[in-house]
Amino acid sequence: MAADGLHENETLASLKSEAESLKGKLEEERAKLHDVELHQVAERVEALGQFVMKTRRTLKGHGNKVLCMDWCKDKRRIVSSSQDGKVIVWDSFTTNKEHAVTMPCTWVMACAYAPSGCAIACGGLDNKCSVYPLTFDKNENMAAKKKSVAMHTNYLSACSFTNSDMQILTASGDGTCALWDVESGQLLQSFHGHGADVLCLDLAPSETGNTFVSGGCDKKAMVWDMRSGQCVQAFETHESDINSVRYYPSGDAFASGSDDATCRLYDLRADREVAIYSKESIIFGASSVDFSLSGRLLFAGYNDYTINVWDVLKGSRVSILFGHENRVSTLRVSPDGTAFCSGSWDHTLRVWA
Amino acid sequence: MRMRMERVVVSMQDPDQGVKMQSQRLLITVIPHAVTGNDVVEWLIQKYCIAEDEALHLGTLLVQHGYLYPLRDPRRLLLRPDETPYRFQTPYFWMSTLWPAAELDYAIYLAKKNIRKQGALVDHEKAHYDQLHRKINHTWDLVVMQAREQLRAAKQRRKGDRLVIACQEQTYWLVNRPPPGVPSVLEQGPERGSCTARQVQMTVDFYKREIECCRKALGRTRVKSSVCLEAYLKFSSQRGPHDPLLSGCLPSNPWVTDDDTYWAMNAPSVAVPTKLRVEQWAFSFRELLEDPVGRAHFMDFLQTEFSAENLSFWEACEELRHGGQAQVPALVDAVYQQFLAPGAARWVNIDSRTMERTLEGLGRPHRHVLDDAQLHIYMLMKKDSYPRFLKSDLYKDLLAEAVVPLETKRRVFPFMWKPRHSSPSLALLPTSTSGEPEAAAGSPGGGDGET
Repeated sequence: MAADGLHENETLASLKSEAESLKGKLEEERAKLHDVELHQVAERVEALGQFVMKTRRTLKGHGNKVLCMDWCKDKRRIVSSSQDGKVIVWDSFTTNKEHAVTMPCTWVMACAYAPSGCAIACGGLDNKCSVYPLTFDKNENMAAKKKSVAMHTNYLSACSFTNSDMQILTASGDGTCALWDVESGQLLQSFHGHGADVLCLDLAPSETGNTFVSGGCDKKAMVWDMRSGQCVQAFETHESDINSVRYYPSGDAFASGSDDATCRLYDLRADREVAIYSKESIIFGASSVDFSLSGRLLFAGYNDYTINVWDVLKGSRVSILFGHENRVSTLRVSPDGTAFCSGSWDHTLRVWA
Repeated sequence: MRMRMERVVVSMQDPDQGVKMQSQRLLITVIPHAVTGNDVVEWLIQKYCIAEDEALHLGTLLVQHGYLYPLRDPRRLLLRPDETPYRFQTPYFWMSTLWPAAELDYAIYLAKKNIRKQGALVDHEKAHYDQLHRKINHTWDLVVMQAREQLRAAKQRRKGDRLVIACQEQTYWLVNRPPPGVPSVLEQGPERGSCTARQVQMTVDFYKREIECCRKALGRTRVKSSVCLEAYLKFSSQRGPHDPLLSGCLPSNPWVTDDDTYWAMNAPSVAVPTKLRVEQWAFSFRELLEDPVGRAHFMDFLQTEFSAENLSFWEACEELRHGGQAQVPALVDAVYQQFLAPGAARWVNIDSRTMERTLEGLGRPHRHVLDDAQLHIYMLMKKDSYPRFLKSDLYKDLLAEAVVPLETKRRVFPFMWKPRHSSPSLALLPTSTSGEPEAAAGSPGGGDGET
């Protein structure tokens, strides 16, 4: 008589060992077609010149650690969220604050700008993702129009609108990701497969627009089919939590940043890790990564307060940027690639170019 | 992360390869095994092949985390790149060994300081002391007794040892109870891997899913690394000139010169696009469609070929896939009426098998019911119309007419920090019926945001 869906001869332990052995076989298969390393192929490429990137704007106004930020499609506005529950919308070009709302929870770890520029989404220790329409009506309180969209059973770690304002993708400490209909709050699809907290996600810039990648505390990066909810590919080469994942601009690969102090590049067609970005002097975890527009540069923010700029093809570190006085917790390149913004536990955001 | 720091610190203390150690004279006492801040920085530069600023930064972090302590002025955990003496913290006091620091130990430490010298406690320490006194009042006698005992034992030691132990302790408490204004290096953020998530792993479903995922993965086709990696080279070299952070942008990068002309010239619906922008439409079909100006010109081209309904159909399908759940039935019906019904005004030419499957699925409309049809039409446009578009006179003329801005090097507002013009938020644009801004529908181009 089998219990809990187990067949005869199956035990939890036997399933676990079967999974392990299959993973081993998978790694063997993946290795078979790995005929060259990226830095070897990149030997023909011209080396990058000296890089001079400076802080061009400093956004001060958060009273506590900045945890997350996102750009508006207009290439200059951003939304940022912090530990004390404050979510601020800035025109970062002028450094003016345009909107501010205080969430009823602390540690707002996720925030996102809607594609239309008319709303923002955020969430954190409240286990929810809420959408706030942006209003300039002085008589209206932004918090009054708040819509609670997503409900998880643990903290919200990341959120992103899909191609429109009407759908939101979320990642949570409860080990799952989910796709929601904003208007009704209906759960459209859930994604199960991570063995621990999911910390980050990114939507693929693909032609069919149907996949996304997530990273978690189980050291796995997983690619999902948004329609079926199935895991399409999984990668498990990091040695610690994956804090950030971001697609390469062509959509054929993605980069990850982890507490193991490395960033890695995974190719989806080759189905394997193809590059590791690490240096012996970098001993603190990478909290957030993003590519420049051409994919040649990878910007990574670290828990040692610095930002390292990597040559994606050659695998070398091009530049190290100092300025923040505490952990860099979030980093995104602007939609037109003219700058990138970093947020830090030192309460500030910086725009670099 | 702690393990990595400890590895660095251990290699710094290697008798052959480590930092140069010397005895340090402090007044009349001689302290052995000391290192200077300068030597620490030099060693880091050599060992990790990094520049001085990075070495100083890394060294400072080691001091801030309590792995190195200053022998003079131990009240501030800084690394001075000069002859200032430092010593390596005893592993007993490493973050990993004794964390989290117990309140009782802190109380004993403060009591010792207080007994040894009246007024030795600084403000925040006094506040902690009073707070602890109140909190563990019932065992305060034990605290004082321990403090006195430790002080008595310390008196038995040589002056040099006494000094070293005092510095070690002081550093330990500076790390674990930082003074106000100094960020705590121990802060970690919300707890990860809590109960709920760990329970996920213990179920049968979890392993069955993993096994299924692995089995599927084993069966998938892979591409040789050499082929995939070559693609990156091609992609990066093609996009390099379009990458502002890599190659700059014309007339100038707004963030650098405070001149937002670049944004005005590249606004979503500008009349005359720039050359780089028009060139980008030839990189991939996706990028042509993603650009509202590109898409509009492609629509014009399709009209000359009498196949504009394909693009309109594709746009309608996008709206369905990314739209609200509530709109699904109405949208599916509208698409059917306009594009798929026999005799429809803008009938699209889908192969019979896909059409049959699609029409069947329309009985139970959902967000993805048109996916197959959409993909078919997309591939049709991509393989057929798109290449012709790129060869067309229409496109060639667009390239010829495209603008190449002149470079502006000077800052437009050299003495002003904030540029005069702000730009209207997209949220301010007029929307449909009601007075308040609503979430706009899927299509891009919600305004160019320029004054």
